[in-house]
Amino acid sequence: MSRLERARRDTRFGAAAAAATFGSLLMVAPIIWMVLTSLKTEEQAVSFPPALLFRPTLAHYRAALDDAFAGFALNSLLAAGLSTLIVIALAVPAAYALSVRPVAQWRDALFFFISTKMMPIAAGIVPLYLIARTLGLLNSLAVLVLLYVGMNLPLAIWMIRSFMIELPRELLEAARVDGAGPMREIGSIILPLIRPGLASTTLLCFLFAWNEYFLAVNFTSTTGTLTVFLQRFLSFGRLYTAQVAAVATLVNIPVVAAGWLAQRNLVRGLTFGAVK
Amino acid sequence: MPTTLTLRAQAAAEAASRPDAWAGWRRRWALRLPLLPALLVTVALTQLPFAMTLYYSLQRWNLLSLRPRRFVGLHNFVAAFNDSTFLHALGNTLLMTGSIVVCSVLAGTLLAVGLNRPFLGRNLLRTLAITPFFIMPVAAALFWKAALFDPSFGLFGWLTASLGLGRINWLSQHPMVSVVMISAWQWSSFVLMIILAGLQSFPEEVEEAALVDGATRAQIFRLLTLPHLRPFLELSALLVAMYALENFAAISQLTAGGPAYATTNLSYYVYLQAFSAFSIGRASAYGAVSLLVALALVTPLLRLVSGILRLEGR
Amino acid sequence: MFRSNGARWLVVIGCAAGLGWPLAATAQDKIVLTVAMAANPQMETAEKLVDAFYAQHPGITVRFQTLPENELRPTVLKDVATNSGQFDVVMIGSYEVPLWAQKGWLVDLSTHLLKNDPGYDADDLLKPIANLMTWKTDMYGLPFYGSSSFMFYRKDLFRAAGLSMPEHPTWQQIAGFSAKLNQPQHGVSGICLRGVPGWGQNLAAITTVINTFGGSWFDQSWRPQLTAPATVQAVKFYVDLLRSSGEPDAAKDGWQECLQLFTQGRAAMWYDDTVFAGPALDQAAPTVRGNIGFALAPHDRTAYSGWLWSWALSIPKTSRHVQAAWDFISWLTSKDYIKLAGEKAGWGQVPPGSRRSTYEIPAYQAATASYGDLTLQSIAHADPLHPTVMAVPYTGVQYVSIPEFVQIGDFVSQQIAGAISGSLSVKQALSASQAKTSQIMDDSGYTN
Repeated sequence: MSRLERARRDTRFGAAAAAATFGSLLMVAPIIWMVLTSLKTEEQAVSFPPALLFRPTLAHYRAALDDAFAGFALNSLLAAGLSTLIVIALAVPAAYALSVRPVAQWRDALFFFISTKMMPIAAGIVPLYLIARTLGLLNSLAVLVLLYVGMNLPLAIWMIRSFMIELPRELLEAARVDGAGPMREIGSIILPLIRPGLASTTLLCFLFAWNEYFLAVNFTSTTGTLTVFLQRFLSFGRLYTAQVAAVATLVNIPVVAAGWLAQRNLVRGLTFGAVK
Repeated sequence: MPTTLTLRAQAAAEAASRPDAWAGWRRRWALRLPLLPALLVTVALTQLPFAMTLYYSLQRWNLLSLRPRRFVGLHNFVAAFNDSTFLHALGNTLLMTGSIVVCSVLAGTLLAVGLNRPFLGRNLLRTLAITPFFIMPVAAALFWKAALFDPSFGLFGWLTASLGLGRINWLSQHPMVSVVMISAWQWSSFVLMIILAGLQSFPEEVEEAALVDGATRAQIFRLLTLPHLRPFLELSALLVAMYALENFAAISQLTAGGPAYATTNLSYYVYLQAFSAFSIGRASAYGAVSLLVALALVTPLLRLVSGILRLEGR
Repeated sequence: MFRSNGARWLVVIGCAAGLGWPLAATAQDKIVLTVAMAANPQMETAEKLVDAFYAQHPGITVRFQTLPENELRPTVLKDVATNSGQFDVVMIGSYEVPLWAQKGWLVDLSTHLLKNDPGYDADDLLKPIANLMTWKTDMYGLPFYGSSSFMFYRKDLFRAAGLSMPEHPTWQQIAGFSAKLNQPQHGVSGICLRGVPGWGQNLAAITTVINTFGGSWFDQSWRPQLTAPATVQAVKFYVDLLRSSGEPDAAKDGWQECLQLFTQGRAAMWYDDTVFAGPALDQAAPTVRGNIGFALAPHDRTAYSGWLWSWALSIPKTSRHVQAAWDFISWLTSKDYIKLAGEKAGWGQVPPGSRRSTYEIPAYQAATASYGDLTLQSIAHADPLHPTVMAVPYTGVQYVSIPEFVQIGDFVSQQIAGAISGSLSVKQALSASQAKTSQIMDDSGYTN
């Protein structure tokens, strides 16, 4: 390539990089603003023009943490964690039965699973509520765990199946010839191979459960998750912008941290088998 | 006329000659066994409530009303199509979901292309750019409403005023834009990750070879990268569409579905019927109709996404 | 991968702890009351002072479930209507009390509980407020606070513009003031009014305007009157006032947003609930605090037009601890609690408008000098039985006391929010409202 061409390529590359930088900063700007706001006093938070320089205060964080934050956070952790565990435990064999050693009607089964996500949850909420009430599960973590399993299972099956499809046939055939049963096949061969995919599925399911709002707010009250906790801060009729920002930041720290740590895996795992 | 004895003899003979016949039945069920737990759990958690929803949809049942509950057949379904708000919500659903999908796929893809090749600070920027996806939607909505969209106190108000556009009343005058903005913002990060996965799976040798052959970057992108990305683009469109259909937190926090139902989508309207009007019969019927609409929307997309309905990866 | 594994271990351990939790709770002998309440300043104070309740009733623990008003209603209703029994005490509005009593969902407080508790002094409750809690002569809720509506205004801005607020203004006067005080270039609007959709949000304010302009929701035969001239005039007045000199983006503003705007000096006037007077004074920016004045709710053709509201504490019939629940709600609405709140949290945080004795406490009178008397006057003159100029078949000042009103109100409030935001004309909004309301009333058997 000539020097002119290389220079042209580098400029264009530089331009693309600059655009990407601008775009990324734009994406993260609301979050940065949220964190900044959470460190301001309420008056500063609503000042006009917006204050960029100010002395930070941790008062709102203290207020949020003083108030039962830990309990709700633990509930979030348990609900999201337990439901994700169960989802993975159910999805791996199911995905296996839809890919490696498929049942005859695997297309229908897959379609069925995906179709369960299509109805607005509000329509089914009264029946679910009545069932939960009859079983005495209202305002318990158990009901959330169950509902989140139902919520995430289709996605997990779909994702894990897509990783299993990618596995080289020869490897699996060799194992079968060796006399490995399905359990061995899954346990010792498949699982280790799809580990990054499993990790990203786990993270996604955990994320969706952690952030879930509608079901948590409707089925729990005092044994709620952090999304319910957020409601407590929907103003006691006082200035609330900075407080909202602080609570909003707090509730996001765990999943954002998890996402950052696992981003490589997550990106690798989001191929969904669309790769050739 | 073959007697049962002969039939049994025949079966035994066949079993002897094809030892897989009985084993075949066992094998089919062995194949199904791993699927069963997930299937049973899903059926219990979704089909039972769905059956109840259908049952309620055939009744006139309002929790608040002093009149007794009674069976009205398909009345609620007919009412859905006579309900102007329902039709309005249907239109909103198509517009909102479509806009969110288009905006997030566009933004996510552009970002992915820009962030694919290494440059100074790229890793940090990429980390920052994927963050919106992890933010709790209801927390984001609360904050955007209080501190960004607010024309008096919000950051956007200050920005647009500085640009000479005045302080725009986002939530009153551009409610749909506001909802789409915040949703697309979060979903773009998701698309970004998927497209990054796609770009990273595009073999570098092919690109290098094309460059050596004299192709311009634009040609490479158009003729090589894009086709490779196609399944990823379709996939992200499908996923975003599926989740955007149930967009709830943003609508309920930002605009409460208004003004004048401008941002009420089907899912939110069903919620309003169930939790505001407490018209359980209506809500159930509307929910069932929404299910059909969603299926109609998503099924063609499903067929498109080549990854789903294949059995083999290669 | 470590993250996955580590997370899994954490979960396993957390599991064990988490599952043991409820067991631990039931092992104790305490009665646990679950209380659903609205997120307003007075309830926040109550939550902080609950230790005083524990001192008197050591065998009871209270768990508060705080929700914003929009969520409180559906959450509580869903529970009560399905007999789910999650709550022992529910905070419901005065709109709900008679309707839910009629549906048999609430415990009748008059028959045993009130009778066996002479120290409660139910006669001390303000009569209009106590009436809101009553159905067929029995009380089904205890008023946590009672309120009406009035005008908040900035004395300094009035003075600077050479204006003076009469104690009992008319809406025309208010419109005039608002036009003169509107200074968008300085970020100050002439008035702040509720615009956000909701039968209890913008519609509460608008209904009082409709009433005082001579309009009504229904005529004597239950036919909707939303396109009647007086109603149209009232709604047009409200929408025009907001669009010309009200706060920007009004269709998203409820009482919370207006409270913030007014106390931060962004509005010269605010028409809203009397209960916000104390919090407004507390939260106001320093330049605003000393300059807040109050006036009676603006009127037109009726003598008075303030609304009448109360948040009630009721006991669902499904509660398993009715006596303990009574202990709690009677404590929370007692003279002792009011004194406690006043001393511990400040007299501006005391739940207003429930008891006459509150207004006889010298410290309370001193702290609420600028608005206490006006509050009492407003409550005294609000008449849910005759809210309108002409006779109507319904009761309720800022709402209509029928079960269908929430559905109707939410629809109409959405349409009016559309008019406020400019996407509809008032005429379109009201025609759509009239059509929908007629259809609902017809469906529900009122008009056929």
